[in-house]
Amino acid sequence: MLVLDRVSKTYPNGVRALEDVSLQVAAGELLVIIGGSGCGKSTLLRAASGLDTPTQGRVLLDGITIAAPHERIGILFQEPRLLPWLRVADNVGFGLEGRPRAERDKRVAFAIERVGLTEKARVWPRELSGGQAQRVAIARALVTRPSVLLLDEPFSALDAFTRAELQDHLLDLWDEARPILVLVTHDIEEALVLGSRIAIMRSHPGRIAGVIDVPLPRPRDRLSAAFDEQKRRVLKLLDSTLKRQAHKAPLHDFQI
Amino acid sequence: MMISFQAVGAQGELRKPALARILRPALGLIVPVGLAVAWELAVKLGLSNGRLVPPPSIILSTFADLAATGELQRHAIVTLMRVAAGFGLGVVFGTLVGAITGYSGLMHRLIDPTLQGLRAIPSIAWVPLFILWFGIFEKSKIILIAIGVFFPVYLGVMGAVLSVDRKIVEVGRVFRLSGPAMVRRILLPAVMPAYVISLRAGLGLGWMFVVAAEFMGASEGLGFLLTDGQQLGKPAQIVAAIVAFALLGKLTDWIIASAAAPFLRWEDAFARR
Repeated sequence: MLVLDRVSKTYPNGVRALEDVSLQVAAGELLVIIGGSGCGKSTLLRAASGLDTPTQGRVLLDGITIAAPHERIGILFQEPRLLPWLRVADNVGFGLEGRPRAERDKRVAFAIERVGLTEKARVWPRELSGGQAQRVAIARALVTRPSVLLLDEPFSALDAFTRAELQDHLLDLWDEARPILVLVTHDIEEALVLGSRIAIMRSHPGRIAGVIDVPLPRPRDRLSAAFDEQKRRVLKLLDSTLKRQAHKAPLHDFQI
Repeated sequence: MMISFQAVGAQGELRKPALARILRPALGLIVPVGLAVAWELAVKLGLSNGRLVPPPSIILSTFADLAATGELQRHAIVTLMRVAAGFGLGVVFGTLVGAITGYSGLMHRLIDPTLQGLRAIPSIAWVPLFILWFGIFEKSKIILIAIGVFFPVYLGVMGAVLSVDRKIVEVGRVFRLSGPAMVRRILLPAVMPAYVISLRAGLGLGWMFVVAAEFMGASEGLGFLLTDGQQLGKPAQIVAAIVAFALLGKLTDWIIASAAAPFLRWEDAFARR
């Protein structure tokens, strides 16, 4: 269980990025956090990963306080962030240094095979396409078998085709080990394809406006009527969040 | 890349790129070789006496004579040692100070303005002072060379450390690298390309400054061959020494480049595309 307990984050320049955010994600759950740009969803994820410390509140993983990056928490950024001086296989094995060579090789080979890039194992990152690079990043994050994987808009820089492909791929991988998965996005369709639950964020300061269940069976059909209906529901919710927000605070650059 | 080359080879068209690979660099030889041959002919045909601008054959025989007596090697080794010592000192200090000012904002504000001020001084201007301080022998020469090497290395290392991608450093944090591991696995490889460039720039300046240093009074070294050739009116000896400088400069640069090549192969993969 990953718990965010009344997490607030105020930057040194006085910007309140997060205020009193509480969330609980159970083992095997896939939570999607959706919100406009600048609503603090990346800040939330960084706090959950231990990369940034909240000004108030705390993050707990199975009762352990997370104040710094933890071996059980993997994180995937919007950019693949591969190390250009390491070949694909060495990038994937980056987090396994110190383990026996044989074990490392085996796990790296398996992880690369799972993301379908076996024939690219000896290639330099710069020779990969955007989608391939992000798949290598997924393999690198999963090779250490984290119990939590945090994803910060991991597919937003990809074309629609590659994005749908990687979403399905991520679901397959999640299904295998069922880690806690928290994904931040501004894409409603992505939220509905992936999420067991969707948390809607509002901005200035960033807080959770509400959490909804996604009552769609898996695998989800992006073209079904039920999917469309859910899409309208989320849109409406986002819209009303936006309106409530407009009464309380001046509208900045909230956009969906 | 490998795959595409093999595919081309399988079609029996490998000879074409192979030929092009030899011919393309050869194009660069046309102008210098052409000029040399033309000048040789001009002197042979009596169009010029070639006394002040000796033809290639004279330079070659002077070079061979100097080498045969062992003179050339003796002077070359002395110069090489000076460059090696000055380059070593300059690299050590340039790397240390550059890494410190690149890493720490406080040290940057504290040290960098002074160094930038010193850098603005043409280094040759130090020569008289160095002679007063360190005498006319090896010490002042090596320090002058070290200063020439120091600045490009310092600037290169500092700039490289400053421009290391914060996002890549964060990857190191996610995998909980310790301080030394962060340096070894993230920072060092990240600064490597810029570092090698600054080493090569530093070496170039080292060769420049060794000539200046040997001009300020030396009884040995390739720089001495230059001044000696001037005073005794032997232009062929001057050019022979210049050729030796060129060969040594190119050789030492090549040594650095090829020693660094294994660390920079990932860059090549990019450049070849």
